Amino acid sequence: MFAELLQYLLSGLTIGAIYALAGLGFSIIYNASHVINFAQGEFIMIGGMASATLTASGVPLPLAIMIGCGGAMLVGVLVAKFAVERARNASTVTLIIITIGASIFLRGVAELVWGKDFKRLDAFSGETPIQILGASMQPQSLWVVGTAGVLIVAIGLFFARTLTGKAILATSHNRLAAQLVGIDVKRVVLASFALSAALGAVGGAVVAPITFSYTEMGIMLGLKGFTAAVLGGLGHGPGAVAGGLIVGIAEALGAGYISSAYKDAVAFVIILAVLLFMPNGLFGKRGTERV
Amino acid sequence: MKMLATTDLSPDTTAQARRVGPPILKVEHLSREFGGVLAIGDLSFSIAAGDIHSIIGPNGAGKTTLFNLVTGVYKPSGGRVLFDGADVSGMAPYRLAARGMSRTFQNLQIFFNMTALENVMVGRHLHLNTRLLPALFRFPSLVRKDREAKDRAAQLMADVGLEKYIDADAASMPYGALKRLEIARALASEPKLLLLDEPAAGLNATESREIDEVIKTVAAGGVTIVLVEHDMKMVMGISHRITALNQGRMLAEGTPQEVAANPDVIAAYLGAAP
Amino acid sequence: MNALLHGRLTGLLALAAAIAILPAFLPNNFYLDIAILAGFNAVVCVGLNLLIGYAGQISLGHAGFFGIGAYASGVLVGTYGWPPVLALVAGAVFVGLLAFLVAKPILRLKGHYLAMATLGIGIIVSIVLRTESGLTGGPDGMMVEPFKLFGVELYGEKVWYWVVGVLLVGVVWLSLNLIDSPMGRALRAVHGSEVAAEVVGVDTARFKVLVFVLSAVFASVAGSLFAHYAGLITPAKADFFKSIELVTMVVFGGMASTFGAVVGAVVLTLLPQALTIFQDYQQIVLGGILMATMVFMPKGLLPTLAALLPARRRA
Repeated sequence: MFAELLQYLLSGLTIGAIYALAGLGFSIIYNASHVINFAQGEFIMIGGMASATLTASGVPLPLAIMIGCGGAMLVGVLVAKFAVERARNASTVTLIIITIGASIFLRGVAELVWGKDFKRLDAFSGETPIQILGASMQPQSLWVVGTAGVLIVAIGLFFARTLTGKAILATSHNRLAAQLVGIDVKRVVLASFALSAALGAVGGAVVAPITFSYTEMGIMLGLKGFTAAVLGGLGHGPGAVAGGLIVGIAEALGAGYISSAYKDAVAFVIILAVLLFMPNGLFGKRGTERV
Repeated sequence: MKMLATTDLSPDTTAQARRVGPPILKVEHLSREFGGVLAIGDLSFSIAAGDIHSIIGPNGAGKTTLFNLVTGVYKPSGGRVLFDGADVSGMAPYRLAARGMSRTFQNLQIFFNMTALENVMVGRHLHLNTRLLPALFRFPSLVRKDREAKDRAAQLMADVGLEKYIDADAASMPYGALKRLEIARALASEPKLLLLDEPAAGLNATESREIDEVIKTVAAGGVTIVLVEHDMKMVMGISHRITALNQGRMLAEGTPQEVAANPDVIAAYLGAAP
Repeated sequence: MNALLHGRLTGLLALAAAIAILPAFLPNNFYLDIAILAGFNAVVCVGLNLLIGYAGQISLGHAGFFGIGAYASGVLVGTYGWPPVLALVAGAVFVGLLAFLVAKPILRLKGHYLAMATLGIGIIVSIVLRTESGLTGGPDGMMVEPFKLFGVELYGEKVWYWVVGVLLVGVVWLSLNLIDSPMGRALRAVHGSEVAAEVVGVDTARFKVLVFVLSAVFASVAGSLFAHYAGLITPAKADFFKSIELVTMVVFGGMASTFGAVVGAVVLTLLPQALTIFQDYQQIVLGGILMATMVFMPKGLLPTLAALLPARRRA
């Protein structure tokens, strides 16, 4: 009984860590530009696909991950530069549709480059399950949670301690004021996309051995990452992380105890509940509109 | 510019003739805070039916917040708003409109996606058939009423001096004209109470005078007008009564002469006397 | 009003004429099939355009309503033996009620929150349709019987072309009427400035809900008829991708333009067919169109073209 619960918790934690990274990426971009980047999931996909294909052709794993990360960052900057910044002052609907378009476009390119099959990436440290209190856990799960943890702490330090990080934070609070003190807000937006892309890509690489990589892997991961961000309070980084873990665990528990067929629906039920009952999420703030 | 005959509305002479019946608008101990900042605190005053009543005060005094509280855009944190004797505190704006309240906005809220005429026609909303089935199937009664609304709207635009913009897109009109367009739109619902939020803001002397005339004409038709304005010349010349606010609270109230002579008011605007 | 009347009538007549003449140019049933598909998409898009273009809302889950209509017809007629017309009406009523229930709380949200809420609903509907295989036949879908009216069976591309043609003209007429009416103006007002609309007496919440429900019902009716036409309905017709396709059609053809929605639907239904040689490029083109349209022609094709023509008298 307990072992079963623990099993679900562990698998929920694992996938939740990826949702957390995706949610964090959403928050960073939203903070810098008030844009919901529907292409977030595609950054994850690029990381996963690149790592899988590169290692398959003999590139050492760390290098493959770095290349995938770099590639995703480049794509992120391109999306920011050519799609998002161009439509800076457009309505929310327009911006949403642009990033949706970007995500479809990227999936199309990925399909051309990598084809439609599922790619394997070998687990980083083997596949012997680790036994914990009756539950068994793949070593890769440790990699996922560990990597996510390291990245999240790193991001936290980045925002708190570095000048660039603070510039991004400043822009998120007040774009005009940030401009007036000399921050290049355009660069900030690009940086935020690059950062989120990096987060996503590493997440994709690290989760690929568990879920396989395929060009459509980004869709659900991205949408559920968005659920995480909204659950935590859009724009609230630590909230997004908490949100991701909650969504992951809820999904695993739901699949285990209620119905595995409806696993995917869990995240969307959560997001509907959040949007209807507490749209500012767990940690978000209320705002008022000036008339 | 076609206008109804303007009379010299010297406030004092018509004061006695007008002051009949209960106040059309009353605020009682009204307060509103935003996250710890008290925008309006324990405000009470009333507005007599048929008056032109101005609200003045330095920036940040809470004038627009007061408007938003009265017109249902904000809900009060405390106190209440009485319109025509009924407690309407926190009632949704569209229901207040049905009761005869109308307003314009400090930052224009024009429907830029429509023509000028359509803007005013929307103002007629409460007098039109807005049900779905007649709209979908184009019932003749709906078409007829709509044609009447169009004529009415054109008339209203002419009344505020905008005849030449009747076929124009709202997006192409100059600022001064848009201010008047908002007034025409607010009048289209045939309100009892019209709240004007800085109608002269951003206008030059000629345009201000035109607005002044419009306001007088509207008041002459029996509409009670509440005005937030910084243009002291307009305020002094047009108002029957003035309420002065400062930092969300009542500073002074009375006829223009009384308020202008009030030392607290002078201090608030110009700094304390030496 | 006269100018507008002429605009409406000429547009409608042009559409009807185009529909009447088209079959003469189509060599065989394959092309008729594509035209019919375009027609069904257009019917949904006209309704969706009322929501997105005129009322200024967004729905990323409208394919869900299409799917429910389709499956309602499939299940009620196939499994329970209902007459097709009754099943269609039942589907529409069910969708109307569902849309009403979700619209009220959801349309209070704005911008991306609204988008995500509609997305969530659409995906949940699609998952349910895919999972409840006992009822719906699961991921492989279910067969649907042909449409029978007064004992006459509607079957085949030639017959259905005219059915869809009439349906489309009818739906466009309804839409044009609505836009031209006080309710239509109120909708556009809500889009222009929600607070100003409220202050003038428009119950904005009620109108947004009405349009949402109306557009959902259009989608449901199209879905029901489509199911009978195609003879087969799969959950893929109700999924996220289909919802995005529909939004793309509206956005590309022209927001706040009924004929724009029709054009968008036609062009984007034809495009994948034209690109079958380049099937691999389909996603790239779709995504590219979305981005390019929003960046360069945010109002959509038809309004952008219309703006290039001599404008009405400017002040």
